Amino acid sequence: MSLVARHLEANGIPTVVVGSARDIVEYCGAPRFVFLDFPLGNPTGEPWKRDMQRAVVGIALDTLETASEPMQTVETDFVWPDPEWRGRYNRLTPDIRARLKAEGDARRDKQNAAKALRQK
Amino acid sequence: MSGGSNAPVPYMERTRQYYRAMGYDKDYVWANNEDAPFTPLKKPLAESRVALITTASDKSQTNIDAKGVRHVWAGPTAPPPDALFTMNTAWDKESTHTDDRESFLPIETMQGFARDGRIGGLTDHFFGAPTVYSHRMTMQRHAPEILERVQADGGDVAVLSPL
Repeated sequence: MSLVARHLEANGIPTVVVGSARDIVEYCGAPRFVFLDFPLGNPTGEPWKRDMQRAVVGIALDTLETASEPMQTVETDFVWPDPEWRGRYNRLTPDIRARLKAEGDARRDKQNAAKALRQK
Repeated sequence: MSGGSNAPVPYMERTRQYYRAMGYDKDYVWANNEDAPFTPLKKPLAESRVALITTASDKSQTNIDAKGVRHVWAGPTAPPPDALFTMNTAWDKESTHTDDRESFLPIETMQGFARDGRIGGLTDHFFGAPTVYSHRMTMQRHAPEILERVQADGGDVAVLSPL
Protein backbone atom coordinates (compact mmCIF):
# COMPACT_ATOMS: atom_id res chain seq x y z
CA MET A 1 0.00 0.00 0.00
CA SER A 2 2.89 2.39 0.73
CA LEU A 3 4.16 1.71 -2.81
CA VAL A 4 0.81 2.92 -4.15
CA ALA A 5 1.06 6.05 -1.98
CA ARG A 6 4.54 6.72 -3.36
CA HIS A 7 3.32 6.36 -6.93
CA LEU A 8 0.39 8.74 -6.40
CA GLU A 9 2.63 11.23 -4.63
CA ALA A 10 5.25 11.10 -7.40
CA ASN A 11 2.46 11.91 -9.85
CA GLY A 12 1.17 15.00 -8.07
CA ILE A 13 -1.38 13.58 -5.60
CA PRO A 14 -0.61 14.27 -1.93
CA THR A 15 -1.19 11.14 0.17
CA VAL A 16 -1.38 10.01 3.76
CA VAL A 17 -1.19 6.39 4.90
CA VAL A 18 -3.08 5.63 8.13
CA GLY A 19 -2.12 2.31 9.63
CA SER A 20 -0.64 0.07 12.27
CA ALA A 21 2.23 -1.86 10.61
CA ARG A 22 4.74 0.82 11.51
CA ASP A 23 7.92 -1.08 10.64
CA ILE A 24 6.66 -2.08 7.19
CA VAL A 25 5.35 1.38 6.25
CA GLU A 26 8.49 3.16 7.47
CA TYR A 27 10.77 0.63 5.75
CA CYS A 28 8.97 1.26 2.45
CA GLY A 29 9.01 5.01 2.92
CA ALA A 30 5.47 6.37 2.79
CA PRO A 31 5.37 10.11 2.06
CA ARG A 32 3.08 10.78 5.05
CA PHE A 33 2.18 8.25 7.72
CA VAL A 34 -0.14 8.41 10.71
CA PHE A 35 0.56 5.53 13.10
CA LEU A 36 -2.19 3.97 15.18
CA ASP A 37 -0.73 1.44 17.63
CA PHE A 38 -3.55 -1.10 17.26
CA PRO A 39 -3.86 -4.71 16.10
CA LEU A 40 -3.87 -4.94 12.30
CA GLY A 41 -7.40 -4.63 10.94
CA ASN A 42 -8.72 -1.29 12.24
CA PRO A 43 -6.38 1.39 10.85
CA THR A 44 -8.98 4.15 11.31
CA GLY A 45 -10.06 3.37 14.86
CA GLU A 46 -11.74 0.83 17.10
CA PRO A 47 -14.88 -0.77 15.59
CA TRP A 48 -18.06 1.24 16.23
CA LYS A 49 -16.23 4.04 18.07
CA ARG A 50 -17.28 6.93 15.86
CA ASP A 51 -15.64 9.66 17.98
CA MET A 52 -12.29 7.90 17.84
CA GLN A 53 -12.61 7.25 14.11
CA ARG A 54 -13.36 10.91 13.51
CA ALA A 55 -10.32 11.88 15.59
CA VAL A 56 -8.02 9.49 13.68
CA VAL A 57 -9.23 10.67 10.28
CA GLY A 58 -8.95 14.27 11.50
CA ILE A 59 -5.28 13.67 12.33
CA ALA A 60 -4.77 12.22 8.84
CA LEU A 61 -6.30 15.36 7.30
CA ASP A 62 -4.19 17.61 9.56
CA THR A 63 -1.10 15.69 8.43
CA LEU A 64 -1.92 16.36 4.77
CA GLU A 65 -1.89 20.06 5.60
CA THR A 66 1.00 20.31 8.03
CA ALA A 67 3.68 17.89 6.77
CA SER A 68 6.52 19.79 5.13
CA GLU A 69 8.77 16.86 4.27
CA PRO A 70 8.32 13.12 3.61
CA MET A 71 8.71 10.16 5.97
CA GLN A 72 7.84 11.93 9.21
CA THR A 73 5.69 9.49 11.18
CA VAL A 74 2.86 11.08 13.14
CA GLU A 75 2.15 9.07 16.30
CA THR A 76 -1.33 8.97 17.82
CA ASP A 77 -1.94 8.21 21.48
CA PHE A 78 -4.96 5.93 21.24
CA VAL A 79 -4.65 2.77 23.36
CA TRP A 80 -6.18 -0.58 22.40
CA PRO A 81 -8.37 -1.83 25.29
CA ASP A 82 -6.84 -5.31 25.51
CA PRO A 83 -3.19 -4.99 26.64
CA GLU A 84 -2.40 -8.58 25.57
CA TRP A 85 -2.85 -7.91 21.84
CA ARG A 86 0.81 -7.26 20.97
CA GLY A 87 1.97 -10.81 21.53
CA ARG A 88 -0.76 -12.46 19.50
CA TYR A 89 -0.22 -11.86 15.79
CA ASN A 90 1.84 -14.63 14.12
CA ARG A 91 2.99 -15.88 17.52
CA LEU A 92 4.84 -19.18 17.61
CA THR A 93 4.11 -21.71 20.33
CA PRO A 94 5.21 -25.39 20.09
CA ASP A 95 1.68 -26.36 18.98
CA ILE A 96 1.54 -23.66 16.33
CA ARG A 97 5.03 -24.53 15.10
CA ALA A 98 4.00 -28.16 14.62
CA ARG A 99 0.86 -27.14 12.73
CA LEU A 100 2.73 -24.70 10.49
CA LYS A 101 5.41 -27.27 9.67
CA ALA A 102 2.70 -29.75 8.67
CA GLU A 103 0.92 -27.10 6.56
CA GLY A 104 4.17 -26.11 4.85
CA ASP A 105 5.02 -29.75 4.11
CA ALA A 106 1.54 -30.38 2.69
CA ARG A 107 1.80 -27.28 0.51
CA ARG A 108 5.22 -28.28 -0.83
CA ASP A 109 4.02 -31.84 -1.52
CA LYS A 110 1.11 -30.45 -3.51
CA GLN A 111 3.39 -28.11 -5.45
CA ASN A 112 5.85 -30.91 -6.19
CA ALA A 113 3.04 -33.20 -7.36
CA ALA A 114 1.75 -30.48 -9.70
CA LYS A 115 5.27 -29.92 -10.99
CA ALA A 116 5.77 -33.65 -11.64
CA LEU A 117 2.48 -33.77 -13.51
CA ARG A 118 3.53 -30.88 -15.74
CA GLN A 119 6.82 -32.59 -16.55
CA LYS A 120 5.14 -35.83 -17.68
CA MET B 1 9.16 -10.75 21.20
CA SER B 2 9.47 -6.98 21.12
CA GLY B 3 11.84 -4.48 22.71
CA GLY B 4 9.44 -3.45 25.45
CA SER B 5 5.86 -3.92 26.49
CA ASN B 6 4.76 -0.89 24.47
CA ALA B 7 7.19 -1.12 21.56
CA PRO B 8 5.52 -1.31 18.15
CA VAL B 9 5.00 -4.90 17.01
CA PRO B 10 7.89 -6.04 14.76
CA TYR B 11 5.74 -7.32 11.91
CA MET B 12 8.54 -8.04 9.46
CA GLU B 13 10.42 -10.16 11.99
CA ARG B 14 7.27 -11.99 13.13
CA THR B 15 6.35 -12.76 9.52
CA ARG B 16 9.86 -14.02 8.74
CA GLN B 17 9.76 -16.38 11.73
CA TYR B 18 6.26 -17.52 10.82
CA TYR B 19 7.21 -18.56 7.29
CA ARG B 20 10.46 -20.12 8.48
CA ALA B 21 8.35 -22.22 10.85
CA MET B 22 6.41 -23.40 7.77
CA GLY B 23 9.71 -24.62 6.38
CA TYR B 24 10.37 -21.85 3.87
CA ASP B 25 14.04 -20.91 3.87
CA LYS B 26 13.78 -17.85 1.63
CA ASP B 27 12.55 -14.77 3.51
CA TYR B 28 10.13 -12.31 1.96
CA VAL B 29 11.86 -9.09 0.98
CA TRP B 30 9.81 -5.99 1.86
CA ALA B 31 10.02 -2.88 -0.25
CA ASN B 32 12.68 -0.53 1.10
CA ASN B 33 13.39 3.10 0.28
CA GLU B 34 15.69 5.65 1.85
CA ASP B 35 13.63 8.61 0.66
CA ALA B 36 10.14 9.32 -0.59
CA PRO B 37 8.43 11.59 -3.10
CA PHE B 38 6.57 14.55 -1.64
CA THR B 39 3.84 16.73 -3.11
CA PRO B 40 2.53 19.68 -1.05
CA LEU B 41 -1.20 20.40 -1.15
CA LYS B 42 -2.11 22.30 -4.29
CA LYS B 43 -5.23 23.88 -2.83
CA PRO B 44 -6.87 24.03 0.61
CA LEU B 45 -8.36 20.77 1.88
CA ALA B 46 -11.72 22.55 2.09
CA GLU B 47 -11.61 22.71 -1.71
CA SER B 48 -10.03 19.28 -2.23
CA ARG B 49 -11.70 16.05 -3.20
CA VAL B 50 -10.45 13.09 -1.16
CA ALA B 51 -9.97 9.58 -2.60
CA LEU B 52 -10.03 6.70 -0.11
CA ILE B 53 -7.98 3.58 -0.82
CA THR B 54 -8.35 0.21 0.94
CA THR B 55 -6.72 -3.24 0.77
CA ALA B 56 -10.08 -4.94 1.34
CA SER B 57 -12.04 -6.73 -1.39
CA ASP B 58 -15.55 -6.31 -2.70
CA LYS B 59 -18.12 -8.09 -0.51
CA SER B 60 -19.04 -10.46 -3.35
CA GLN B 61 -15.37 -10.75 -4.32
CA THR B 62 -15.89 -9.60 -7.90
CA ASN B 63 -12.33 -8.21 -7.83
CA ILE B 64 -10.92 -11.74 -7.44
CA ASP B 65 -10.58 -13.85 -10.61
CA ALA B 66 -11.02 -17.61 -11.07
CA LYS B 67 -7.38 -18.20 -10.17
CA GLY B 68 -7.78 -16.31 -6.90
CA VAL B 69 -5.80 -13.32 -8.15
CA ARG B 70 -6.95 -9.95 -6.80
CA HIS B 71 -7.31 -6.94 -9.08
CA VAL B 72 -7.68 -3.19 -8.63
CA TRP B 73 -11.33 -2.35 -8.06
CA ALA B 74 -13.62 0.53 -7.16
CA GLY B 75 -16.85 0.88 -5.20
CA PRO B 76 -19.33 3.75 -4.73
CA THR B 77 -18.93 6.14 -1.82
CA ALA B 78 -22.63 7.08 -1.93
CA PRO B 79 -24.27 5.00 -0.78
CA PRO B 80 -21.28 3.30 0.85
CA PRO B 81 -21.12 -0.51 1.07
CA ASP B 82 -22.24 -1.92 4.41
CA ALA B 83 -19.38 -4.43 4.50
CA LEU B 84 -16.30 -5.56 2.59
CA PHE B 85 -14.49 -8.88 2.32
CA THR B 86 -11.26 -8.90 4.34
CA MET B 87 -10.51 -12.54 5.16
CA ASN B 88 -7.90 -12.83 2.40
CA THR B 89 -5.64 -10.20 3.90
CA ALA B 90 -3.28 -10.49 6.87
CA TRP B 91 -4.69 -8.82 9.99
CA ASP B 92 -5.08 -9.83 13.60
CA LYS B 93 -8.17 -12.01 13.38
CA GLU B 94 -7.87 -13.05 17.02
CA SER B 95 -7.63 -9.56 18.53
CA THR B 96 -10.24 -7.73 16.50
CA HIS B 97 -12.80 -7.88 13.67
CA THR B 98 -13.69 -5.92 10.55
CA ASP B 99 -17.49 -5.93 10.94
CA ASP B 100 -17.45 -2.13 11.14
CA ARG B 101 -16.33 -0.91 7.72
CA GLU B 102 -15.65 2.55 9.12
CA SER B 103 -12.86 1.06 11.25
CA PHE B 104 -10.80 0.51 8.11
CA LEU B 105 -12.50 2.47 5.31
CA PRO B 106 -13.92 5.69 6.81
CA ILE B 107 -16.38 6.79 4.13
CA GLU B 108 -19.08 8.15 6.44
CA THR B 109 -16.53 9.80 8.71
CA MET B 110 -15.11 11.55 5.67
CA GLN B 111 -18.62 12.53 4.50
CA GLY B 112 -19.06 14.17 7.90
CA PHE B 113 -15.90 16.21 7.33
CA ALA B 114 -17.28 17.22 3.93
CA ARG B 115 -20.55 18.41 5.52
CA ASP B 116 -18.52 20.44 8.01
CA GLY B 117 -16.48 22.04 5.23
CA ARG B 118 -13.20 20.49 6.40
CA ILE B 119 -12.75 18.84 2.98
CA GLY B 120 -14.28 19.69 -0.37
CA GLY B 121 -15.80 16.23 -0.71
CA LEU B 122 -15.15 12.60 -1.51
CA THR B 123 -14.55 11.14 -4.96
CA ASP B 124 -17.53 9.20 -6.33
CA HIS B 125 -15.62 5.97 -5.76
CA PHE B 126 -13.24 4.49 -3.24
CA PHE B 127 -10.51 2.25 -4.62
CA GLY B 128 -9.26 -1.22 -3.79
CA ALA B 129 -5.55 -1.99 -4.03
CA PRO B 130 -4.53 -5.67 -3.95
CA THR B 131 -1.69 -6.59 -1.62
CA VAL B 132 0.47 -8.97 -3.63
CA TYR B 133 3.82 -10.71 -3.22
CA SER B 134 5.41 -8.98 -6.21
CA HIS B 135 6.56 -5.34 -5.84
CA ARG B 136 6.84 -5.19 -9.60
CA MET B 137 3.17 -6.08 -10.01
CA THR B 138 2.24 -3.32 -7.56
CA MET B 139 4.46 -0.69 -9.18
CA GLN B 140 3.92 -1.53 -12.83
CA ARG B 141 0.29 -2.51 -12.85
CA HIS B 142 -1.73 -1.74 -9.72
CA ALA B 143 -0.33 1.67 -8.71
CA PRO B 144 -0.65 3.18 -12.21
CA GLU B 145 -4.20 1.84 -12.50
CA ILE B 146 -5.18 3.38 -9.15
CA LEU B 147 -3.58 6.70 -10.15
CA GLU B 148 -5.58 6.69 -13.38
CA ARG B 149 -8.83 5.95 -11.55
CA VAL B 150 -8.21 8.57 -8.85
CA GLN B 151 -7.49 11.18 -11.52
CA ALA B 152 -10.55 10.17 -13.55
CA ASP B 153 -12.65 10.69 -10.40
CA GLY B 154 -11.17 14.13 -9.81
CA GLY B 155 -9.30 13.13 -6.65
CA ASP B 156 -6.97 15.86 -5.33
CA VAL B 157 -5.55 13.97 -2.34
CA ALA B 158 -5.60 10.33 -1.21
CA VAL B 159 -6.03 8.70 2.20
CA LEU B 160 -4.79 5.10 2.21
CA SER B 161 -5.82 2.84 5.10
CA PRO B 162 -4.33 -0.66 4.70
CA LEU B 163 -5.82 -3.38 6.90
